[in-house]
Amino acid sequence: MKTLINTLLTALILLSMQSAQAALNVFACEPEWGALAQELGGDKVSVYVATQALQDVHHVQARPSLLAKMRSANLVVCTGAELEIGWLPVLLQQAGNPAIQPGKPAYFEASNYVQRLEIPQRLDRAEGDIHPLGNPHIQTDPHNIAKVGDALTQRLAEIDPANAAMYQARHKDFAQRWQDAIKRWEAQAAPLKGVAIVVQHKGFPYIENWLGLHEVAELEPKPGVEPTSTHLAKVLAQLQQQPAKMIIRAAYSDERASQWLAERAKIPVVVLPYTVGGSERAKDLFGLFDDSVQRLLDANK
Amino acid sequence: MIKRTFKTCVALAAFTLPGMAAANDSAELEKIRAEIQQMKESYEGRIQNLENKLQASLTSAGKAQESAAKAETAAIEASSHTPASANAFNPGISLILSGIYAHRSQNSDSHISGFQAGGDVGPGLRGFSLAESELGIYSNIDHYFYGGINAAMHADDTVSVEEAFVQTSALPYGLTVKGGRFFSGVGYLNEQHAHAWDFVDSPLAYQAFLGGQYGDDGVQLRWIAPTDTFVELGAEAGRGRIAGTAGRDKNGTGMGSIFAHVGGDIGISNSWRAGLSYLRTSAHERESPDLDAAGSFVTNSFSGTSRLWIADFVWKYAPNGNFNYTNFKLQGEYLNRHEDGSLTYDIHAANSTAGYSADQSGWYVQGVYQFMPYWRAGLRYDRLDGGSVDYTTNSANLLATGYNPQRVSLMLDFSPSEFSRIRLQLAQDKSRDNATDNQIFVQYIMSLGAHGAHKY
Repeated sequence: MKTLINTLLTALILLSMQSAQAALNVFACEPEWGALAQELGGDKVSVYVATQALQDVHHVQARPSLLAKMRSANLVVCTGAELEIGWLPVLLQQAGNPAIQPGKPAYFEASNYVQRLEIPQRLDRAEGDIHPLGNPHIQTDPHNIAKVGDALTQRLAEIDPANAAMYQARHKDFAQRWQDAIKRWEAQAAPLKGVAIVVQHKGFPYIENWLGLHEVAELEPKPGVEPTSTHLAKVLAQLQQQPAKMIIRAAYSDERASQWLAERAKIPVVVLPYTVGGSERAKDLFGLFDDSVQRLLDANK
Repeated sequence: MIKRTFKTCVALAAFTLPGMAAANDSAELEKIRAEIQQMKESYEGRIQNLENKLQASLTSAGKAQESAAKAETAAIEASSHTPASANAFNPGISLILSGIYAHRSQNSDSHISGFQAGGDVGPGLRGFSLAESELGIYSNIDHYFYGGINAAMHADDTVSVEEAFVQTSALPYGLTVKGGRFFSGVGYLNEQHAHAWDFVDSPLAYQAFLGGQYGDDGVQLRWIAPTDTFVELGAEAGRGRIAGTAGRDKNGTGMGSIFAHVGGDIGISNSWRAGLSYLRTSAHERESPDLDAAGSFVTNSFSGTSRLWIADFVWKYAPNGNFNYTNFKLQGEYLNRHEDGSLTYDIHAANSTAGYSADQSGWYVQGVYQFMPYWRAGLRYDRLDGGSVDYTTNSANLLATGYNPQRVSLMLDFSPSEFSRIRLQLAQDKSRDNATDNQIFVQYIMSLGAHGAHKY
């Protein structure tokens, strides 16, 4: 009996030690935040990314696997601004995990820490899939990544104070490398300033704002509405008057509409990785912007 | 710069003044020199003053810039915690509008031959009719509870409460407790609201064994296991309001259920969920439409114990997990019911009560394929197994023919946006013995207001 109690106690102590050492479970809604959490957390975090670059984050199924991961999450990192409204609320409600409910420190919305663009003046579903809190695709501007990185470091330190110094040290290192990289990208991308572009979905205002790209048309007649032939014809006619240098689409979106227009308007299509994993080179956040800037420059030649 | 200009002026003055004061004596000159020195000192003092002020203003300008940057950060932070008005606390309100045009080859004396089915049986009325309009109001109540109501407004001007529950949001360890009226967690389709169904009507097995869809007043406990594979266990206790019954006025419960669900992903393109459920209800005066031995349309009533097993699965596929363009969903459920109790034959006329027991089962399988954005096509096959039925002394009035009802449904729907859907459904319904019903439905489903997130 005594041996049994001893064994049990030892097992309990071992278990609790293990949980004390166990990495922080981070549930990232999008790959870019998963990559950022990994940069900042190193081996102190175990990151699960709920979606990937070839999926449209607006439309994701609240899959059983996501529910299982949400139940064990210690920190949820999402874009917010209603980007995940079609699936995230169900996961939060059903997971039985009080720590990661909105309003709690372990629930982190990246879009709260940047200046959001395109906040609509008129809220009406007749306008398509618009976001009342502004355009949520904030990850295409590296300055936004930097701001979110600052905030996320604070949050990591808050929910895991034991490793706060390590998060801060990693952040300092990351922030320095990131600022250097931004300088490099901005120098490289200087020729892109003022270049006229056509976009598939209104998902690029932040990169346009960053690099000074000039959006002249969208392939979607309304945000979130698939391109129609009448609308494409209209865009083609508009491009005769007001030429653009390239058509930009995200890796997850269908190629047909942009290909159709590219052939007729005789301008190239640029497929931006859009997030980490969206292309061969976009293996991490640095690769994401290396590749995005390079692809835009190649099309601008 | 300023300093240098003043010095030049002073120097000029020093040179010109002696010229103007030509032939004056040296004492005079000395006096002038002293005055100039005084002026010079006074100007230099003023210049120094000006310089200090300039420096100060430059510094404060820098500070202003800094504080502007701080204000921007503050504004971003503030915008993330804005809602200021009292209305900001209003719950999310969503409204579902739906209507149907039905064209059928049989009359509306709907029943399922050989099955004592209650609740919503059959495809409803012919011609134009309003389907259920659902009004849903949901919100977090506080930091412990979430809750809301879903009221259904029916075409016959009645309103029913489909769901009205509160649910915990602060219980740890994967636990959730729900109380009030809610759709039971048994099976797969049962928890989904009618507007989320892929076909106009519910599967025949649901109509035969669950009154179309089973909601009850009670409590539910769910637990999600801390594993990578989704494992969920649940149990319910309730009043027993199955298939249009009101439940008994008694202490204790008239219903109990347990269910388990498991699920996961296979690669990035596939996801699945499977489950097993057991539901025991003490049905009280459950009325079911039927055709008797003489061919008259009658209403029977069952009171007794009903035990139901359900096995369910669903598999969803989308290339790369991107549901925008093409995707496929396959789902199926098997239901098996054993009933024991008393059946009253023809409650409006003969009103003869006798012992009753039945062992019956049914299943459906359906596939829905989105072949291009906005367009989906679906096929569903329903089958019921008449099994063994014992009407005891009522067996002269009700015949146990062992008939196996079946139905095939084909649907095509178009969803111009996430919020609207128009559907065409063709079906051949053999739920009545010797009376094949060929059905055509045209249905619209529109959702207004709060963007509801959908369950898996």
